[in-house]
Formats: sequence, structure tokens, C-alpha cells
Amino acid sequence: MAEPPCIEIRDLRLAYGPKEVLRGISLDVLPNEIFGVIGPAQSGKTSLLRCLNRTIDFVPTARVQGTIRVDGDEVRRTKDVFALRRKIGMVAPLPVGLPLSIYDNVAFAPRCAGLTRKADLEAMVEQCLRQAALWEEVKDRLDSLGTRLSGGQQQRLTIARALSHQPEILCLDEFSIAIDPVTTMRIEEVLKELRAHMTIILVTNLTQQARRLADRTLFLWNGEIVELDRTDVIFSEQPANRKTYEYVNGIFG
Amino acid sequence: MSSSSSQRFTATPLSRRKARQEALARWIFCGMAVAMIVPLLLIVGYLFERAWPSLSLSFLLEVPARGMTEGGIWPALVGTIYLVFLSLAVSAPIGILAAVYLNEYAGDHWFNRLINLAVINLAGVPSIVHALFGLGAFVYAARFGYSIVSASLTLAIMTLPVIIASTREALASVPRSFREACWNVGATRWQTIRAVVLPNSISGILTGVILQVSRAAGETAPIMFTGAVFYKVVQKGDFFAYGLHQQCMALSMHLYTLSTQVPGVKESIPFATAVVLLGAVLLVNATAIALRVYLRARKRW
Repeated sequence: MAEPPCIEIRDLRLAYGPKEVLRGISLDVLPNEIFGVIGPAQSGKTSLLRCLNRTIDFVPTARVQGTIRVDGDEVRRTKDVFALRRKIGMVAPLPVGLPLSIYDNVAFAPRCAGLTRKADLEAMVEQCLRQAALWEEVKDRLDSLGTRLSGGQQQRLTIARALSHQPEILCLDEFSIAIDPVTTMRIEEVLKELRAHMTIILVTNLTQQARRLADRTLFLWNGEIVELDRTDVIFSEQPANRKTYEYVNGIFG
Repeated sequence: MSSSSSQRFTATPLSRRKARQEALARWIFCGMAVAMIVPLLLIVGYLFERAWPSLSLSFLLEVPARGMTEGGIWPALVGTIYLVFLSLAVSAPIGILAAVYLNEYAGDHWFNRLINLAVINLAGVPSIVHALFGLGAFVYAARFGYSIVSASLTLAIMTLPVIIASTREALASVPRSFREACWNVGATRWQTIRAVVLPNSISGILTGVILQVSRAAGETAPIMFTGAVFYKVVQKGDFFAYGLHQQCMALSMHLYTLSTQVPGVKESIPFATAVVLLGAVLLVNATAIALRVYLRARKRW
């Protein structure tokens, strides 16, 4: 606990127009931990991630209050929002293969960041596709379109793209809803390896996935923190809050 | 058991009624669709029949003769080409870039809503009003005089809002998830637009622009007020017949004058002029369709 937190959130409030989505969230995410986030629909999980990399800016009605610090930098006052987004890899719930070749899908972010040398790009693409457990399947057809891959492959391509800008934090937003259990398990193995290099925030509707992977788990409900504790406590017979027990055991919806 | 299973597939009063309604609906819709074709065929057929004696390649290349009662339509054809290209050369870049701004950059803001409102209303302004505006703004205020420049700019103002609207529609058809994926990896808006949005909307954008060719070629009022003339001396087959500061002839205007102003015109000539105008428009539309098919085939999701 001596290490400074990787992400510090203090009294974060978010509203879309009159509708409050996050009602005062405060938490720390530690370096190199897998931080699970669970909670029912509309509890603010995705919105929390969007505040983190400031893609919330693209929602015209959103109002954000409170502070978020990533590596000590105040996110809402950062000078270079693009550098911030490169620091945070984001994987959306549905796989999005960009309508570019597989190679360009992964090389897009490094190119945007100014990397142009061909050898560097090629090495980067291979490394990211390997990390996302996709390299072996696509190495002979890097020119074909990312949109033509199967759903599970596109999801791993999305992960490769999120890794391509060498993020310090990887946010996965329900990455497994579009893919089969076998692929999910493969990606979970990948995540366990990746945590040596980065902090991982895992938003998931599968409570068991959080149980398998996360060091600590946050239970979010209706925009408020119900409980944040070590995963084994959250999933034990006696979490601090009765609601937590009921949710992870499927007693209320 | 057996009686109920055989009953399941026999016609009941309800199923017969549904079948009747279904057939009726189908015939009504089909009839309306066919009704669309009838006027087109009648127009084309009638025009061709009346125009037939004058239709030939030389009709395209000849200049009008004997007080426009004989000869061809070359000056009008060239004039229309000048007007259309010059007007689109102005309105297409402005319209496309404005649409990119409105669709990709502009937030939901009172000023942008005002721009949107202006675009929609501008699209609804009658062409004769555009003509009057062009006369005041370009001919007199900007001192371009009655000229190809004035007429082209007037046509450009007229086609601009429609190009903006069609471009915005093409841009909006690119899924938002693509943009978000780009933003998530730290791409700027422009990097996103260049890499993903434009390559996937270009077919729709170009189609929208090309369809405005037919509109610019067909309108009479805007050019009549600003730069099209009754008659102008031009060499046969001379493509560089006009200077930009000069007035020119145009197909739509030519058709109007032949039909109403000139006595003793050979009867088939106005019809042949109409056929050329129609043919040019259909040719352009066919190009738009071919281009769309070609670019669609390369579409990547």
C-alpha cells in the first residue's frame, strides 16, 4: 500500500441532463492490480470508464464534477487529452473492427501518435496481436479487413488495438458478452499475463469473471459505491453490505 | 387429436380475411409503383417521337442557324457544361467541408442549430428567389455583370444546401462505434475523419454531388436573371466558346426561348433540345449510380 495509487477518484459526480448517473464516487486503483467492477445495468459502470479517458466529452449533455487523477495528473484539466487516452486502453462491450486492414487496425493508434518507421510499426503490430492471442490466426492475412473477422476474433483485435498505444491502464468493458466461453478463457489468461505490465480495470456482468480475475472488486449500484473490498471478501458469505451478498449470489436483480 | 391437427391447416374465416387484405394491400402498393413508371415512359416516348427528325450528331455540334429556326444546339450545350461545372466546383467543396464540420465537429449549440436551420430553409427557397438574389448580389453588388461567373455562383448557392444535407446523411451513415473506437485510442477528430469516416462515406457524398448536376443543368430561372442569353455567336464545335466574364447560352434557357419566343422554328428542334437535356441528365444520373455501385463494392463492413 506504500505505492501511490494509479488512479484516484474523489467525489466524482456525473449527470446526463437532469439524470444523475454517478453520485459521488471516491476510490483508488492501485498499480498493477486487476480492479473488478460489477453492478446491474444503469449502475454507471460504463460512464465511470468514459469519465476516465474523457470520451465523456463527446456526450453533449454530460456534466462532470469532482476530481480524477491518473498518475497524479488531473484528468479534467489535462493539457493533452490525446496523450491521456493513449495512456488508457479501452475495450468496448461490442467488438469493433475498424473498416481497415487487420494491420492498419493495430497500426492506427501508433501512427496517430506519430510513429512512422515501418519496422517499428511491424514489430508493434506483431507484439500487440500476440498479446491479444490473435497473431497465430491472422499472421498470414494481415491485409484482409478487420471487419471480416469473426466476433471473437474482432474482440481480440479490439484488445490488440487497445494495447497498440502501450497503455498503462487497460479498461475492459464487458469484453466477453459477444464471444464464446473458450475464447473468453483464453483472453482471461492473457489478462493475467498483462497485469505484470499494466493496471487492469475489468467491468463485467459476469460476477464469476470478477471473482476469477480481480484482486479487488467494486460493487456499484445506481451510481453509488455499495462496497469496495478484496474480491474474496466481496464473494464471501459475509461481505460488509447485505446487498452485495444478494447481488453476487443472484438473489436480487 | 387427428381432427385438431387437420384443422390446423384448413382455411378459417380469419385466415381468408387476412389473405384478402394481404392481396389488396399488395396490389395497391404495386399499382402505385407502376404508376410511377407510366409518366416517365410517356414523357420519354413522346419526346423521342416528336424529336426524331432532328436527332443526329450534327444537331449536337452545329450552331443555330437562320434566326435559330434551324441548325443545332452546340452553344447551349457548351454553356450548360460551363455553368454546371463551375457552379459545382464552388458548391461541392464548400458544401462537403461545411457538412463535415456540422456532422463531426459541431456540438448541440444554439449557433450550430441556427446554421442547421439556415441550411434547411435555404434548401426550400424557390429557384426564382435565388435568381433574384444572384442578380442583386453577383451581377450588381459584386460587379460580375451578366456573366457565366454570376450565373454559376447563383446556381452554386442554390445547390449548396442540398449538397450539405446529402453529405451529412452520408457521414451519419458511418456507425458511431467506429468513431468511438478511434477516439479511444487517442486519435483526434481529424485523424478519425480521414482514416475511417471519409473513406466509408465518400460514395454517398459523391452521389449527392452528382445528383445536383442534373438540378443545376435543368434550372432556368437563376441563369436567366444572371447570365444566360437568348443567342450568342459561337463557332461550330468550339469547346472554349465563352470567357467566364461573358454571357452564354444554356440548354434549359434555349428550350424556353425556342418554345415561346422564336416564330417559325422547325417543329422537332425544341423536342430534340429537350431530349438532349434529358439525355444529359440521365447520363449523369447513370454515372452516379455506377459510381455508387463501384464504391459500395469496396465498402468495408
